[in-house]
Amino acid sequence: MAEMAANGESPEILFWVGCAGSFDDRYKAVTQAFVKILNKVGVSFAVLGPEEACTGDPARRAGNEFLFQMQAVANIQVMNGYEVKKVVTACPHCFNTIKNEYPALGGNYEVIHHSQFLQQLINEGKVVLKGGGEFKGKKITFHDSCYLGRANNVYEAPREVIKALDVELVEMKRCRTKGLCCGAGGAQMFKEPEPGNKDINVERTEEALATGAAAIAVGCPFCLTMMTDGVKNKEREHDVKVYDLAEMIAKDMGI
Amino acid sequence: MSILPQIVFLIIFAIAGYFLYKRVAYLKRNILLGKSESRNDQPEARWKTMLLVALGQQKMFKRLIPAILHIMIYVAFIVINLEVLEFVIDGLTGSHRIFAPYLGSIYGLAMNVFEVLAIAVLISCIAFLIRRNVLKVPRLVKTELKGWPAMDANLILIIEIVLMVAILTMNATDQLLAERGVEGYVLLNGLFFSDMMQPLFAGLGDTTLVAIERFAWWFHIIGILAFAIYVTYSKHLHIFLAFPNTWYSNLKPKGEIENMPDVTREVNMMLGIPVEDAEAPPAEIARFGAKDINDLSWVNIMNAYSCTECGRCTAECPANITGKKLSPRKIMMDVRDRAEEVGKSIDQGGAGLGDGKSLLGDYITKEELNACTSCNACVEACPVNIDPLSIIIQMRRYVAMEESSTPAQWNAMFQNMETSFSPWKFAPTDRFNWAEQLKNEELK
Repeated sequence: MAEMAANGESPEILFWVGCAGSFDDRYKAVTQAFVKILNKVGVSFAVLGPEEACTGDPARRAGNEFLFQMQAVANIQVMNGYEVKKVVTACPHCFNTIKNEYPALGGNYEVIHHSQFLQQLINEGKVVLKGGGEFKGKKITFHDSCYLGRANNVYEAPREVIKALDVELVEMKRCRTKGLCCGAGGAQMFKEPEPGNKDINVERTEEALATGAAAIAVGCPFCLTMMTDGVKNKEREHDVKVYDLAEMIAKDMGI
Repeated sequence: MSILPQIVFLIIFAIAGYFLYKRVAYLKRNILLGKSESRNDQPEARWKTMLLVALGQQKMFKRLIPAILHIMIYVAFIVINLEVLEFVIDGLTGSHRIFAPYLGSIYGLAMNVFEVLAIAVLISCIAFLIRRNVLKVPRLVKTELKGWPAMDANLILIIEIVLMVAILTMNATDQLLAERGVEGYVLLNGLFFSDMMQPLFAGLGDTTLVAIERFAWWFHIIGILAFAIYVTYSKHLHIFLAFPNTWYSNLKPKGEIENMPDVTREVNMMLGIPVEDAEAPPAEIARFGAKDINDLSWVNIMNAYSCTECGRCTAECPANITGKKLSPRKIMMDVRDRAEEVGKSIDQGGAGLGDGKSLLGDYITKEELNACTSCNACVEACPVNIDPLSIIIQMRRYVAMEESSTPAQWNAMFQNMETSFSPWKFAPTDRFNWAEQLKNEELK
């Protein structure tokens, strides 16, 4: 972003990578897949790179409002400094925080989740899919992430993206408004679960496996981690894969 | 004719009215123990939400069988109350079925409709009793319902059954007397259900029948008045509070957590961002987050009094499903029970909020708060738009900012965020490394 600003350019979108997208080895692949799609399509975009900081979502949800606002205000200063208008992110937590919680602190942007952006690219014919590739005709189930679904009522965009791959979308019993959390929201990602008789991600993975799907599609870095761990817990990693939507699209495009 | 019954009726009616008034004032005061919060924006959307969710029972239909059973009682409650209007006029004026001459055959039809509804209530209440006590539907037998809540639920159903039996008995004896031409009774061309009960009473003499009819009449009207007062002590309060509760719903996206302007002010000052009235001494901030009910908003407390303990929230809660201590229903019951404790204490001249107890610790534990994934499943599930998550977040704020007693792993996450602007311990300068990898890949 700094580079483009120095050259007097203003990109169409700011791609908000998020901490998982920047540091988590597995989710870096999602970031790269999404960037490949953007490059292929020729979308003018920028990232903040080292100027990006955590949105503060887990701090706020763990109760540390000071820390949340410190992060938020610093991010807003950076984004307002670059006159950012439109933000796209692959993380529903970042999406929710920037979209719904930054306005109260002076950060007003058009914020969309990458599932919505991918759906737009497909609808506009900018992303042309070959019809499934390795997913063609296979059963795929989509796990609703809470911060995309219930929190922001985005249920159809990710499903439209999956359907565009010419696959058989199978739903879990608890889906859309009734979708079961993967267990990582509300800052649970950063601590061990409280005592109980089961881990939430195992409960959810069992439900996903019961659909007989060959792959579990997700649109969230935390869900990706939790579902991947769940599949490992059930010792099914050899035949059930967990993918982010952007990875599935990039694979189909052969990039 | 003696006017004694009318005087007795008036006295009973006045006493019931007085108690009801006192109870409403008490509940209002308890709810207003919470902090003020303005929720009067977007009146159109609010009316619409209330009409759909409360009046229209929209969210009940996520579970079809209880929705059908519930709507039968709900419709009956509203419609049969029209008959109560006649009861009251009859009671005050000494008339009997005062509307009958004016409405003619429509009156008989109306009475038949009421009887159909009374039977529907009977069926639903029996089905509900079976679901609770025989089938033991999991969400209706969870630990937080042990004791009074389970008793309260059964009592409500039994009272409703008894009231419906009274109305049917009254109609059956009333029509028998009318058929016999006893003075004052109006013949109504057949009442479908209560006529079936008539053989039970056919062998009785007129005097006994009048006694039964009068007893059923008095029992029904006094029963309704007593039930109205009982409701104010019960989870059944949802029949009234569902309406204001949905009107004052949170209309913002569920994912949005309310900002704390007091914190914004301090953060801006720390970061050197101009703040209005920077010179003014900081406003007296009572507390960050919520330790007790007076730290919550009045809407949170109204939510608690609106809760009828159906447990749809808890049944959908990922933490509860997997055996954690958290139950969103218990959070709501705890808030109500604490408000009751404080309210009663104040009325008895006790210490009220200063009784050395608090919502956090004495009612809700940190373990429960820490188990929440903020997934909003409870909020989505509630048929009357109660928001347990709002309370959980406010209490977490108290734990984090006033007590600094968040779990160690969260403290580590806070520290990472403070030092390297990420919840994980990575160097901020490494944020762009993925791009290097991508470039290298493309070069190959």
